[in-house]
Amino acid sequence: MEHAEILHRCFRCGYCKLPGSFQDLNCPPYLKYRFETYAPGGRMWLLRAWLDEEIETIQRLAEILFSCTACGNCVEHCVFPAFKADLLDAFTAGREELVNQGVVPDAVGRYLRAIHSHGNPYNLPKADRARWADGLGIERYSGQEYLFYVGCPGSYDERGQQMARAVAGLLQKWGVDFGILGEEEGCDGNEVRVLGETGLFEQLARENIEKFEAAGVQKIVTLSPHGFDAIKNEYPRFGGRFETCHYPQLLAGLMAKAELRRRNGPLRVVFHDPCYLGRHNKDYLTPRAVLGALPGLELLEMDRAMADALCCGGGGGNSFTDVLGGGADSASRVRVREAAGTGAAVLAVACPKCARMFEDAIKAEDLEDELRVMDIAELVQEHCG
Amino acid sequence: MYELKYDAEICARCETFDCLTRCQYMDLDLEAAREERQRLLDGEDSLVLSECATCYACEEYCPHGNHPFYLIVERQEERQAWPVPIPLTKQQLRIMEPRGEIQPGEVTPPVINLCAFSMLAGCIRGKLYEGASIISGRDIFCNIMWLHFGKNSVIRERLPRVIDNIVSNYLEPSGVDELICFHDECYGTYTQLAPAFGIDVPFKPVHLFEYLVERLGELKSEIHRIEAKVAYQRPCSSRLIPETEHWVDEIFGLIGVDRVEREYDRENALCCATTIRIAQRDNLADDVQKRNLDDMEAVGAKYCVFNCPACMMGLSGPAAERGMTPILMSDLCQIALGE
Amino acid sequence: MEEIYQALVRIVGAAYVSRDPEERFIYARDPGTMEPCEPDLVVMPNSTEEVRQIVLLANQMRIPVVPMGGGLVLSGLTRPLKGGMVLDMKRMNRILEVDEMSRSVLVEAGASQGMLQAYLKKHHPGLKHSIPDAPPIATIAGNVLIHGSGHLSATGGFHSDMLNGMEVVLPTGEIAKIGSCATSPYWFSRAPLPDLAGLFIGWHGTTGIATKLAIKLYPDRPLGDVGIFVMEDPELVPGVIHRLAGVAVAEDILAFMANAPAWLRGFQLVNVKYGAETGEELRLKRDLLRESVRTYIDEKVGGFMPLPPEMKQRFLEEPQTTLAVFADTREGGGFEYVGAIMPIALFPEAYRKGLEIAERHGVECATGARIVGLGHCMMFFYGYAFNRADPSDVKLAQEALEATNAAVLEMGGIPWKAEAPAQKQIIEKMDPNTFALMNRLRGVLDPNGIMNPGNWEAD
Repeated sequence: MEHAEILHRCFRCGYCKLPGSFQDLNCPPYLKYRFETYAPGGRMWLLRAWLDEEIETIQRLAEILFSCTACGNCVEHCVFPAFKADLLDAFTAGREELVNQGVVPDAVGRYLRAIHSHGNPYNLPKADRARWADGLGIERYSGQEYLFYVGCPGSYDERGQQMARAVAGLLQKWGVDFGILGEEEGCDGNEVRVLGETGLFEQLARENIEKFEAAGVQKIVTLSPHGFDAIKNEYPRFGGRFETCHYPQLLAGLMAKAELRRRNGPLRVVFHDPCYLGRHNKDYLTPRAVLGALPGLELLEMDRAMADALCCGGGGGNSFTDVLGGGADSASRVRVREAAGTGAAVLAVACPKCARMFEDAIKAEDLEDELRVMDIAELVQEHCG
Repeated sequence: MYELKYDAEICARCETFDCLTRCQYMDLDLEAAREERQRLLDGEDSLVLSECATCYACEEYCPHGNHPFYLIVERQEERQAWPVPIPLTKQQLRIMEPRGEIQPGEVTPPVINLCAFSMLAGCIRGKLYEGASIISGRDIFCNIMWLHFGKNSVIRERLPRVIDNIVSNYLEPSGVDELICFHDECYGTYTQLAPAFGIDVPFKPVHLFEYLVERLGELKSEIHRIEAKVAYQRPCSSRLIPETEHWVDEIFGLIGVDRVEREYDRENALCCATTIRIAQRDNLADDVQKRNLDDMEAVGAKYCVFNCPACMMGLSGPAAERGMTPILMSDLCQIALGE
Repeated sequence: MEEIYQALVRIVGAAYVSRDPEERFIYARDPGTMEPCEPDLVVMPNSTEEVRQIVLLANQMRIPVVPMGGGLVLSGLTRPLKGGMVLDMKRMNRILEVDEMSRSVLVEAGASQGMLQAYLKKHHPGLKHSIPDAPPIATIAGNVLIHGSGHLSATGGFHSDMLNGMEVVLPTGEIAKIGSCATSPYWFSRAPLPDLAGLFIGWHGTTGIATKLAIKLYPDRPLGDVGIFVMEDPELVPGVIHRLAGVAVAEDILAFMANAPAWLRGFQLVNVKYGAETGEELRLKRDLLRESVRTYIDEKVGGFMPLPPEMKQRFLEEPQTTLAVFADTREGGGFEYVGAIMPIALFPEAYRKGLEIAERHGVECATGARIVGLGHCMMFFYGYAFNRADPSDVKLAQEALEATNAAVLEMGGIPWKAEAPAQKQIIEKMDPNTFALMNRLRGVLDPNGIMNPGNWEAD
C-alpha cells in the first residue's frame, strides 16, 4: 500500500484533532464519534494493524476509514513535517486497498456504482445534466475563452443548480466569454479519487481531459472547489494541463468594473472556507476580497477561519454517502451554530456541497429565522446594479 | 604564521591615542588612554580587555592604520580575558564551523557572496541582480565575527581555508575573479582584515554598495524615488572600510531618500549592541540601543536601513516598535525599482 | 459481557459504547513501550451521573474500570491490565466557570489543555493556566492527577499543587466533593478542611474517578521574554538553578540537554521564562535573573545565549511541540520517558547517568529538567524515542527505561507516573508502613478492587 511506511510513525499526539488555536475539535469524524479510532491517529494505527493482519477486514473498519471527509485539518496541524503532507494520501491508499477487496460501506458502493453507470452520483440521466441552464441562453463550449465546468452537484442538485445559475448569470452580465459542455460534461472524479477508486478516477480524468483537449479548452472556471482541485492538481499527471480557477477567483478580477449598489440595510455575513479552496489550495483571501468589495456588507469571521475552518462534513463523498451521519455533533451542525454565534445573518459559501450541508444543518438546528446560506455569486448578484 | 601586522613603535610615538580617547564606550582621557595602550602593547592586564565593546571603531579612528582593535583581540586571547562566556563561544564555534559539504559549481558574474547567510538568497532577485550567481554556506563563512569573541586564532585557522574554498570551487573553475560581498563584514574581511594578518586574497572583492550604485545607474529610468527620511545603521565592519561610506550616500541619492543628519551616524555611529548583549552586558546594550533609536526617531526616520543581518536581528524589533520600517539596503533599492 | 454491554448502552447510549475490535485494539495501547492490554469495552460518559451509574454497574458485575483522559501518559497507565472497561472521559470536556477575582477555573475532567488555553485567551485574556508540554488534547484532570508540571511550575509548583478542589465518583459509586466546594458554593481552596485530594492524586485512577476539577489560574502578562543560560559543566547546574529560581520571577525554568543539533552536544541549557506588564518590568526581571548568576558570568563559565527573534518566539510557545516531534527521531512514532522527581542537587548525577545508560544501551536519550517551585525539586526527564514497527528497537527502549527507573530510585529520585513494572520497583523501596497504608485506603475506597487493578500492586 502506498504510504504504508508512514503509518507507524504517527505518535497519536492528537494535534490533528484540533485547529491551530486548539479551541475545539476540528476533525469531523472524531467530533461526531469521539472514539480514538475515528481520529486521524487512530486511522493510521488501524491501517497499520490491518496491513499487519492484527485486525481483520470487516465492515466496521471500512466505516471508520470511509468516515474521513478529507478536509485536510490533520495535514494542516500535524506537527511532524516529515510525513504530514502524506496523511490524506495514506488514508486514500488505505481506502483503495479496501475497495480492491470489495469491503466498502454500502453507501459508498452505491455512490461509486452510480458514477460508473450514470456518470453522476444521483443516478440521473446524462441528458439532464444541462437542465440547470435551461432558458439562460448559455452557449455550448466552442472555443470561448473559458469553459465553465459545473460538476455533478451544480448540474443535478437543486441547491447546486441555483449556484450554477448565479455564477453563470454574473459571467454573462460581466461579458465573460464562456461556454459549457452541457450533456457532454463528465464527473470530475474528485470524490471517487478520495474514496480510493483510483481506477475509476483515472478513467473519468482521462475522458474529461480528452474532451477538453478536443474542444480546445485552455482556461477553466469551476463551480465547485472539489472540481477545481481535481482539474488543477490531479489531472496534470494524466497529461491534462489547463489554466484552472475557482469562480470567486475569476469574480475577484471582475469586481473593479462591476456596478455595485448598497442593499437596504447593512448585511452581516460570515464566510466559510471550503476545504478544497482553503486548506488544499491555500486561497483564503480571494473570497474575502470579493465579499469585502460589496457595499454595505459587514464581513465577520468565525473563530475557526481560514486554515482552521471546520469542514462542513460533506467531503470524502459524505454529502452523498452520509457515512459520517448526522446529529448535534455533526460537523455541519456545529459549524452553523458557530456561524450563528457571530451574529451574522448570512453564511457565505463557495461550494455547492457546503451549501447543501449547511442548509440541512440550519433546519436541524432550528436556525432558519437567524441564518441563511448564500453562495458568493448570489451575494454579488444581490448587490449588482 | 599570519602574524598581526602592527608596529608597536607607532603606538608608542602616538600623541593623540584616538583609538581610546574617541571610544564611545570607555571614558578615557589622554593620560589614561596612553597608559592603557601601553599596557596592551606590553601584554599586561588592562581594563580595555574587559571594557571593550568590540565595535571595531578604533580601527577607523586610528590615523595610522595600526590595527588597535586587532591588538586588543590578540591580548584578550593571550590573557584569556574572554569578552564572551566560554560555553557560548564554544557553541558559536560549533554552529559556524565549516561543514566540509561545499559543492563545486559554475558561477557567472555578477557573483554574489552571501557568506553564511543562505537565508538571504531571496534578496537576490529582479532586475537589480539579473543574471547573478549566488554562493553561500558555512564553508565560505568569512569568520570575521570571532573578533567579538577574542578568537583571532580561529580567524587565522579558518579564513585561509575559506578563501581557498571560494577560489578553487567557484572562481577559478569559472574564470571569474570578482566577488560581490553582500555583507560589509565579508568585504572588510577580504580587504582589510586578511591583509592585516598577512592572509592573501587572490580575488577582487567588490562592495555590495558599489555594485548597487552601478546597477541603479543603469536602471535609472526605472527608479521611483521613495522620498522618505531614513536612518542608516552603520555596521561595525564598515569601520574597517570607511572608504565605502560614500556609496551609502550615493545610493540614497539615487533612490531619493534623505539620510537625515543625526548624532549617532557616520563616525559617531553606535553599535547595534547585539554583541554587547552576547557579552552579557545588557544594561550597556539597552542604553546604546535606546540612544540610537531615540536619535533615529527624533529625526523622523521612516526606514531604519541595514547592511548587516546581525544588526537587523538585534535592532529590527525595537525599530519597528518605534514606528520605523527595518529594511536591508538591497530591499530598499528594490522598492525604488518597484520590485 | 453482553449483559454489561446492554446496561452500558442504557446508561450512555449505543453510540458511546463499543466492544468492537477496532476500539479494543486502539484503547489497548498508548504511544509508549508498554505491551498492549485489551479492554473488553470502551465507554464514553457525558455526565457525572453517567459515570456514577457505570461505576455502580462495574461494582455489581465486578468488572474493572480504567479512567482515561488524553491517553498520552506514555507509561501505559490507561491500559486495562486486567481487562474490563476503559472510560474515555473526553466527552465531559466543558469549561464550567471562571472566577476572575480568585483566579480559578472549574472544568469537567475531560476538558483538554488546549481548549482551556483557547477559552481563556478569548474570554479571560488576563488569565492563563499552567499548561504542560504534552500535546494540547491532553486533559487537565489527567495531568493534575499524575502530579504533572508545566509552564508555570516555577511559580506554582506541581499541577497538583494548583488544585483547588474536585468532584469525584468513588469506586463504590458515591459522589464526593473534595475541598472548599464540599462546604461552600466556591471552589477556592483545599484548605481549611482535611485535605482529601491526596486520596486521588498520584493513585493512577485506583481510588476513584474525578469528574470535575477546579484549578488555579495565573496572570497572563502581555509581555514575555526568555533567557537561555548555557553551561558545559553539569556540576554548576544546581547552583545556577537554585539562584535563578530564588529570584522568584520566573514562570518556568527548564533545563534541557540533547545530542542534536550538534551545537547542543555537551552543553547544559537552562531556559528561564518570565512575563511582565511593562517593558520596564521585563527589563528589571531580566536584570534580576542575570545578577543572580553574576558570579558564573564573571567567571566566564556560563552566560545567556543570543536568541534571534524567531527562535525566541518558538521558546515562548506554550505548549512546546518539540516533545511530540522528538517521537519521530527514530522515524517510528514511539516515545516514552522516565520523569524522575528529585532534588535539584542530584542534577549532575542524574545527567551523567543518562549519558551512561544511553551509551550502554545504544540509544539516543534527550534529557532535561523542569524545575518545580523555587527549586524545591525538579522533574528530570530521560526521553527515549523508538521505532514502534521494529520490535528490537522497542525492546532497546524498554530496557533503557527499565535501567533508568532503577538508576533513578537508586539515586533517591522517584519516577513520575510510573508504568506498572516501575511501580513495583518503587514499592520495593517504599516504607512498608506507607505501602500498607495505601493498601488499607484502597481497601476501604474500592472493596471490590475494580479501579484500574494491576496498578500500585506488589508482586
